[in-house]
Amino acid sequence: MSLLEVKDLDVGFDTPEGEVLAVNHMNFSVEAGETLALVGESGSGKTQTVMAILGLLAENGHARGQAIFKGKDLLQMSRAELNLHRGSEIAMIFQDPMTSLNPYLRIEKQMIEVVMHHQGLKKAAARAQAVEVLRAVRIPDPERIIRQYPHELSGGMRQKVMVAMGLLSEPELLIADEPTAALDVTVQAQITRLMSDLQKKANTAIILISHDLGIVAGLCDRVLVMYAGEAVECGTVEQIYYDPKHPYTQGLLKSVPRLDQLIERDLEAIPGNPPNPLTLPEGCKFRDRCPQAFDACTSTPPMQVGADRHPFRCWLGASK
Amino acid sequence: MNDRVLRVQDLAVHFKLREGGLLRAKTHTLKAVDGVSFDLDAGETLGVVGESGSGKSTLARALLALVKPSRGRVLWLGEDLNKLDDETLRKKRQDLQIIFQDPLAALNPRMTVRDIIAEPLWTFFPVIARVQVDERVRGVMKMVGLLPNQVNRYPHEFSAGQCQRIGIARALVLNPKLVICDEPVSALDVSIQAQIINLLKILQKKLNLSLVFIAHDLSVVKHISDRVMVMYLGRAMELSLRSNLYTKPLHPYTNALIKAVPVPDPRVARAASESVLTGDIPAPLNPPPGCVFHPRCPHSIKRCELEVPAMRRMEHGDWVACHRAEELDLTIVKSG
Repeated sequence: MSLLEVKDLDVGFDTPEGEVLAVNHMNFSVEAGETLALVGESGSGKTQTVMAILGLLAENGHARGQAIFKGKDLLQMSRAELNLHRGSEIAMIFQDPMTSLNPYLRIEKQMIEVVMHHQGLKKAAARAQAVEVLRAVRIPDPERIIRQYPHELSGGMRQKVMVAMGLLSEPELLIADEPTAALDVTVQAQITRLMSDLQKKANTAIILISHDLGIVAGLCDRVLVMYAGEAVECGTVEQIYYDPKHPYTQGLLKSVPRLDQLIERDLEAIPGNPPNPLTLPEGCKFRDRCPQAFDACTSTPPMQVGADRHPFRCWLGASK
Repeated sequence: MNDRVLRVQDLAVHFKLREGGLLRAKTHTLKAVDGVSFDLDAGETLGVVGESGSGKSTLARALLALVKPSRGRVLWLGEDLNKLDDETLRKKRQDLQIIFQDPLAALNPRMTVRDIIAEPLWTFFPVIARVQVDERVRGVMKMVGLLPNQVNRYPHEFSAGQCQRIGIARALVLNPKLVICDEPVSALDVSIQAQIINLLKILQKKLNLSLVFIAHDLSVVKHISDRVMVMYLGRAMELSLRSNLYTKPLHPYTNALIKAVPVPDPRVARAASESVLTGDIPAPLNPPPGCVFHPRCPHSIKRCELEVPAMRRMEHGDWVACHRAEELDLTIVKSG
């Protein structure tokens, strides 16, 4: 049994212009100890997918489908039930450390609250554990740092605190939403290394949301590519990077500026802009930007399975 | 070529900060930019790379005379921008434009695209005819890949990539000679990033623009720069031709920056076991003595802790500020 199994997940938002479907029929699973990447442009539904799983959608949002975590459907749970899992078995590292940390509270208070609640630890014990984790994420002088307020720390330090908070309860599933997006490259490298070290130690499953295909290549086992709220391709890192089938995945890989190649090539951009979720095209949602689009693309493309058995949603090579 | 347009000599921007109460107030000096020199030719692109706090944006503002330098000079076509009176400086600014990092925040949400792009025209030519403005606005919109029939729309109706195109159109409407691009693509998705970089490259060739392209990592500037300057804590560490910098960097910090960029190739990424830099950039208020990079440098020796390395020219013409540049071999091994 998978640790997490998401089935037919739809996420919709009520707006004055009608319902906007941010996530459309997502299906995926995460095994214990593996790292799954959710990749796609902004607005492709990556964040809303995990927010729905965690019951953190905005007021006007609603989720349909199932998200089975260890045999129980998270989407059917009451808030009280969810809270038994959130912060203990499932943890989340949010994207922006400045807005996700409470500016009024010392790091200490924000960190130990969770373990005191879930593990019933006394303050001193919880504090010792928090200091330990801060040390593990290589924060220098953790005893001093834990007494500080978020604004007293640099961006890199704050992000490390976020990572430490995510790891504190040794969750079985860690969801990391762009954990390194706001950071300098040298700090980025430190944090990704940290996450993979700690994963090996605790056998944590990670869902990594990222638009950085470099980080995904180094850290993840499987990749799910999203476009306009849909999964368009899913495979192992090798399948996605060396044999991408969907034209969008191919385009994404070509548009990454690379340092490791001698050849002086121009960057190949994907033309056009991501579609407006209010006015999604019929058929394949990528077809307006697709260099290989043809007649068939006006109707909904099938999920195909290639020779290596990884699924992709496209008409190319399919018989209609 | 080889028309020197910009000459920056020993530029320093220091900020005075006050700390403490009324009675025992202390003043600290924050050296945001400290002794940076470079030249820029017409039609040339200089990439400026550094982590947060390295002084890139302050440098950009100093180049446009938006902050007063504490030391050194910025010579635009031979004239010191900071010696000009306000009116002359204002006129000069026609030639000097800037593109900002956050494309949405840089556009007034209550102005139409036409008004945003036309604003510089009205500022510099208050008596210009309406038809002329309209013609020019539609012209630049076409040039940056926007549809001229969208002139009456507002910024929120555009995607981030299109907003950045509006920002570029506004910067180009006055036919500038130098455009400072302050992290113009770091807020954009990769697929859109590539569009904007390619657009800037095309425009630069077409208009013979000089560009200063600021970025926080080396991968983005690789595709657009002729030369690249690497900054750390307000100082230039290295200034090299692009072809040299990416294959044989001279400074250990450049080397570390190159290695820190993740490679989008699973096998290569996993094989890389090079040690990454540890620690954060030190606080700019209290920079380390000697070479500012020495606490994080894997090659640091006693001399680096004591003596500030001067920026010096190596025999093949690139510049570096490192005591050990001759003895270190930092050649990058590449695949592909």
